[in-house]
Parts: sequence; C-alpha cells; structure tokens
Amino acid sequence: MGLIADVRGQGLEGLEHNFVTGRLESLVNWARARSCWPATFGLACCAIEMMATGAAHYDLARYGMEVFRASPRQADLMIVAGRVSQKMAPVLRQIYDQMMEPKWVISMGVCASSGGMFNNYAIVQGVDQVVPVDVYAPGCPPGPETLMHAIFTLHDKITTGEVLARRSARGAGAGLAVEQRDGQTAAAMVGRR
Amino acid sequence: MGYLNGFAVTLRQLFKPRVTTDYRGGRAKPGQPDAKRPKPERLHGRHVLNRYPDGMEKCIGCELCAGVCPAHCIYVRGADNDPAHPTAPGERYGYVYEINYLRCIHCDLCVEACPTQAITESKLFEFSFTNRDDAVYTKAELLVDDEGRPRKLAWEDWRDGDDEDTSGWMRATSPSGDRRYAGAVAWSGELGYGVRPPEPADDEPRTDGEQRADDELRADGEPRAADEPRADDEGGG
Repeated sequence: MGLIADVRGQGLEGLEHNFVTGRLESLVNWARARSCWPATFGLACCAIEMMATGAAHYDLARYGMEVFRASPRQADLMIVAGRVSQKMAPVLRQIYDQMMEPKWVISMGVCASSGGMFNNYAIVQGVDQVVPVDVYAPGCPPGPETLMHAIFTLHDKITTGEVLARRSARGAGAGLAVEQRDGQTAAAMVGRR
Repeated sequence: MGYLNGFAVTLRQLFKPRVTTDYRGGRAKPGQPDAKRPKPERLHGRHVLNRYPDGMEKCIGCELCAGVCPAHCIYVRGADNDPAHPTAPGERYGYVYEINYLRCIHCDLCVEACPTQAITESKLFEFSFTNRDDAVYTKAELLVDDEGRPRKLAWEDWRDGDDEDTSGWMRATSPSGDRRYAGAVAWSGELGYGVRPPEPADDEPRTDGEQRADDELRADGEPRAADEPRADDEGGG
C-alpha cells in the first residue's frame, strides 16, 4: 500500500508517473503525428520525389499527410525539398514564421541539408542556418522510401515529445536572436517557447 | 451530363487492384505489411568499406576517392602500417575514413576511383538523421564485419537483398573496363560475395553462353531472374 500512502502524503507528486497529464500529452502527440500536413516547399528535383511520395504508389494519405497546403497557416510540417538559394532563404524563413505552432521541418536531400555538391556563393550551405531542422533525409534525391523513413523518424520524435525537449534546450528557433530596442536580445521566432 | 464522366473514372478505379507499397520504415506492428519495392541492380546506396578474405582492410589510404568526390564529402587520412600487425597489405592504410551523408550524392565516382576496390556502395537507401553529427559515418560504421557483410546500423532500415550486388563488381566487369583484369586479385569481389561473371566489352566477340543470354534477354525483355544461380566461386580472391 505504498502507493496510496504516497498519494495521501504528497498528493499527485507521490505518483511515480503523473498519469493524468502523461496520458493527455501522449494523446496530443499521437494526434499531431497522424495529421501532420506538409506545406509545399519544393524547390528543385527533390520535389519530384516528394510528389511521388504523395502519389498512389507510396500514398502518404496512409499517415494523414496527403494534403499539401499552399497556405502556411494550415501546415504543420515544412519539407524543404531542393537547393535553397541565398535569395530564397528569407522567403523560406518567412513561410516558416507564418506557420502555426507546433511546426516541424524536414530537410530533404543533400542540397537542403548542407548545400550538397553546390558549394558556392549562390546556395545556402544547409537550411538549418535559416530554420530549425528536425530530420535530415540524405540522398540526391532521396527516394520516396527515404523520405518516408524521414517522416517516420519525425513521427517518432513527435510522439516521444523530443521536439519540446529540443525547443526548451535551445531556446526555440534556429538559435537566431534579434537585438531589441531596449538593448535586450530575443529569439527570432514567433510563438511560445 | 459531362460531369458524370469524372464519377465514372472514380468508379472504375475502385475495382482495380491496389498499387500502394505498404512501406512502414521497419516500424510495422506484428501482422502489418512492411515492404520495400525491389531495387534496380545498379542502384547506388550507402557505402561499404571492404576487407580481404583474411580480414585485412582493402583501403590503402590513397585519398583518390576524396579527390574525385564532386561534393567533397569524403575525408581520408592515411597512416603507415605497423609492420608487425598490419591493418592493410602494403605500406599504408586508411587511418581515418569519414563520409558525410548530408553531402554525398551517391554518384559512385569514389568506387570507380578506388584502386583496390575498397569502397563500394550497397543498396541501402532508407536512413535519416535527427542531427548533423549522426550523418558523418566513421570508419567503424562503414567497414564490413568479420563475415564481409555491411554493418546494419540501428537507424537504417535493412532488408534481405540490400547488401547483394553491391557496386564493386559492376565497375570491375563493366564494358568500359578491361575484362582481362576481371577475376585478377586486384579486381576481386567482396570476399567472393556478390561476384558474377564479367560482362563482355562492346568490341569483343561473344562467347556462346553470353550470346545465348543476350538472345534470351531480347526475346522476353526481362533481365535475369533473381534466383538464377550465380557463379559465386568464379573470380574473386
């Protein structure tokens, strides 16, 4: 009867696992993982593979992800597919900022992940310089199965709550900070930590 | 009534067989299907560092792969062999060998450049990372195990057949190569595993067997059946 005595003595903190909120969080995570609508952000040849993933042969609709939303307000996941040029980077960041929390980013393909073979002045060397990336999919381009593997990795991340851990550890956002008028700095991201 | 044509298309599709491959990334619950589509024979996937049958490493640390790589994703540092306990035959061996999979474009140029056929590419293409550091594969991850098979790392989704027909034999026996070298020691397959008879060069007369195989290929338009026995004992070192 240790359990009852602990609860009587310490209230809910006496429980080893706080099952009331624990269950709710996993329910929320479960719901988030299974309705993760991607924003369309196909920039190059990787987008062709992304379209193939959404089509009948791989059928992202099995995971509630078939609706690619053109409006960032309705999207949860940004799949950056293709090389990001220096001119495109601010646009990418704006789209990301316009997305509602919670939001995730998959960097699809080597060009988005690190610039790939385009190591030159025109291409951003890794999209994680602009937005926080959750999962990297390697390949040039990644096949539909590689993208799905990345998506499953992201699902694992969402359901285990690692996203929140990372956000709180790094102070939200890509580690970008803006100077405010009062002299303080703040993380350059819309939404709560 | 033109709009009914659209409904007719939907109705027709309803009764067709499903084309979806039930891929679940190795996370299927018991009873759930989890299939990959069959891969082409010449697909380029994750690299493998090979060994000789006696366990010696093939890599000699020459850095030709790093030099030829268009994406500069390979980092090699060679070191002198300890004469008493050599890691590789010859003077040098690959002391550090790293491939950054967030740069690699799987072009197979490293495989073509390698003089000892130390690096080949497997068919494994299903892997993803949650941070950049994981994407840099070190030598411990790339090197084959004692049986000559690639190491199946926890975050990769290996299936049967992904480590077959890795790209080493393709270079050694391709028509652009000189087939007189096929089967010689320097052109050995991976532990005698995955070796198949050489393809003829374009300008060479065909032997009877090859001619017959070509005729069969032309007759049914199908490549070789996967279960056809391979001459695994030919060639190799």
